[in-house]
Amino acid sequence: MSLDINKKIDINELLQDLDKYEPKRRGWHWREGRNENRIVGDFEYHEASEGLKNYIPLPGSRGFHYIDPQPDCVVTTEIASGRFEDDIRRMRMAAWHGADHIMVIRTAGQSHIDSLLEGTTQGIGGIAVTRKQVRASRKALDMIEEEVGRPINFHSYISGVAGPDIAVMFAEEGVNGAHQDPQYNVLYRNVNMIRSFVDACEAKKVMAWADMLQIDGAHNANATAMKAWKVRPELMVQHAINSIFSKKVGIKPENIALSTVPPTAPPAPCMRLDLPYAVALRDFFSEYKMRAQQNTKYMESDMREATVTHTLNLMISRLTSADIQSTITPDEGRNVPWHYNNIAAISTAKQAMNGMDGLREMVKLDRDGVLGEEVRELKERAVLFMEEMLEVGGYFKAVEQGFFIDSGYYPERNGDGIPRQIEGGIGAGMVFERDADYFAPVSVHYGDNNVPKEFKKASDAIGGDTFEDRTKIIYIDELDEHDNVETRLKEVEKYTNTSLVKPEVEWKADGVVATTIFLPLDERTAEFAAIKCGEKLGLEDVTVVHKQCLHPSEGTLVEIKGRVKFDINVNDLIIPEKPEVLSEEEVREDIKEKPIFVVAATIGQDEHSVGLKETLDIKHGGIEKYGVKYLYLGTSCPVEKLVDAAIETNANAILASTIITHDDVHIKNMRKIHELCVEKGIRDKVMIICGGTQVSNEIAKEAGMDAGFGRGTKGIDVVSFMVKKRREM
Amino acid sequence: MKRADDYEVRRQHIKNLSDEELKAKFWELAETIVNPMLELGKKNTTPAIERSILLRMGFSSMEVKPIVEGVMSKGLMGKGAGNVVWRLSNKLGVSVREAGVGLAEGKYWDEVDGLF
Repeated sequence: MSLDINKKIDINELLQDLDKYEPKRRGWHWREGRNENRIVGDFEYHEASEGLKNYIPLPGSRGFHYIDPQPDCVVTTEIASGRFEDDIRRMRMAAWHGADHIMVIRTAGQSHIDSLLEGTTQGIGGIAVTRKQVRASRKALDMIEEEVGRPINFHSYISGVAGPDIAVMFAEEGVNGAHQDPQYNVLYRNVNMIRSFVDACEAKKVMAWADMLQIDGAHNANATAMKAWKVRPELMVQHAINSIFSKKVGIKPENIALSTVPPTAPPAPCMRLDLPYAVALRDFFSEYKMRAQQNTKYMESDMREATVTHTLNLMISRLTSADIQSTITPDEGRNVPWHYNNIAAISTAKQAMNGMDGLREMVKLDRDGVLGEEVRELKERAVLFMEEMLEVGGYFKAVEQGFFIDSGYYPERNGDGIPRQIEGGIGAGMVFERDADYFAPVSVHYGDNNVPKEFKKASDAIGGDTFEDRTKIIYIDELDEHDNVETRLKEVEKYTNTSLVKPEVEWKADGVVATTIFLPLDERTAEFAAIKCGEKLGLEDVTVVHKQCLHPSEGTLVEIKGRVKFDINVNDLIIPEKPEVLSEEEVREDIKEKPIFVVAATIGQDEHSVGLKETLDIKHGGIEKYGVKYLYLGTSCPVEKLVDAAIETNANAILASTIITHDDVHIKNMRKIHELCVEKGIRDKVMIICGGTQVSNEIAKEAGMDAGFGRGTKGIDVVSFMVKKRREM
Repeated sequence: MKRADDYEVRRQHIKNLSDEELKAKFWELAETIVNPMLELGKKNTTPAIERSILLRMGFSSMEVKPIVEGVMSKGLMGKGAGNVVWRLSNKLGVSVREAGVGLAEGKYWDEVDGLF
């Protein structure tokens, strides 16, 4: 099975023969061609990697020949709507925008299940991580990476009380990266401390074999602490514990990544707090990789605000370093992320990193002043933290005494940390001492293993394990008769390979749409008025996802979401045919034999000239390139002047550019050109064409033009129209 | 515990360390902290570790759970669940897979008693 760009991914086909599917590869992949300068379009990039085969560039790339330079770091997106069959489609969209690290979040509560979860039940705000789900996603990504021309890292979580089981399943299924940090279990999942660390040894050993990249869980301290910037010394300690622990178990340092988050956000003076921390980390952890996460602690429902915070975070990445740039969807403060907000977050990262390419070559961090002092102080505080841990008797005692997630700026203590008892927590008492004749007949294992003398290696006892012979893997299909992917696909069958469609944000045909409404009301009244607006628009289950007071009495911005009750049949749509463009050769030949002369201007009280000039100039691939000669009358040109010029020069066509204005002045102006030409007796001899960002062919023709051209128009579109139209005249 | 910020007092013994010395101290302390946990990992096992071993021996997640639970109730975790299955297969003269599936289905547990 392979993908066709013009076809949707077929989930039913994907699920076929899944029991026999083998992942193409294992191990983490860094982008190719980092640390070398490269030319993309008109520019030289100093922090870019190899480009993609298929991609969707940033909107602004229109001015730069639609280039899509790929930053040097891996870019992450987290996709977990609860249904893997829907997430796969989103993964494909994300890959086209530049994501090559797809993280799948496990469903809430799975950390507490003392075994693997089987079947493919749907999660709520997270996927039930099962072999079938993982294999189907990896199979899809194996095809998607072919389509975009870059390997994609698949990632999930190895936490809770089934860490080693999950690690084995991930290793077998070609998962390339995972969060693994025993401290996360202890502090946030209340898993017994000893159990968590003993489990982690085996899980990490398996990850090392699979060449998986590991990300730690320290960023959670950030999200949990009352005052996130105060836990910076502790964050360094948490990073250190997991990093050195993992290295000593056997993971190579280049596969050990710190999950680091700039701790604060505006209106705090975040750069002054976050930058020293970022520098201190990179000094101490020079051996390891940086996975730059974005701040979510201070994220509200305002997507604009979230995007600005994230851009500041990206500036820290560019001023220091980032091996993996994570992205958080701007709607995370509202709901489980929607399709297009994953793309928004990836685009924010790509845009900011493109824009700040090579920044460090011109801007140096001044470490002699306040920055250097702050960096040193943070490091000393982290060292003092660990000294006191050892004084009280080590890690377990320190946790018992609530050292961690205390909101005091260490050595200050606020007494609000998260204490855990060494004998307590989930899985307590489930740690068993290995006897002298303990034996584990597998090829990868941490710690004491009494391999019987007759065997060269442990797994010889069983003739090789699944890591050596994958035919031994036992695949399990659906267990739940009701909640499984086949029944879910049946529910949306009406919309699969048919002409029916429904708007969606997370799941196929979920029917959800969002609307932005301004109401000249106070906040509370506006909220309820907005819900009423949604209901009157015919939406069901209307809720407010965001509101912002603009003035206590003058007005409020409200964003609502709701479900539409209807389907759209695309076969019933009346879609005007896209005009066929003639070939460059045909157009050139035609104009060579029979020249075309054009008068052009921006009409009305309008100083915009870029669009029209791009349509005219040879440099931008305008009509001049094809042999058309023109007279350009500039901006704010009166309509009369334009028509008179057409008469004087005996022009074949008039090209008028206009923007949308109040009171439909643009339409009135178009009509006026038409009427003037009729009045002066040249209308049947001259083509009149209007263009502008908001102009459409329909609007223009309605106003008496021969054609209208909107955003994205190129010279060939206009010249092709003129050649064809002249043949009819 | 509540405590005021006594950073200036505490830092006296490290304030004159060079940046390199401070970094070395940081990693030395980190290593000292994790060493006991690495030792615990070497000398102990858990249900999750044993399940992960059985998975790699060619059993499904549905099969490994009852095997490990049975091994725990027999008090044989110290021997290793994989070891129990492997020895049982030798004793019965059947494949490892057959021995393990049998245990998962509640069979052969009497045979397990004499394995060690």
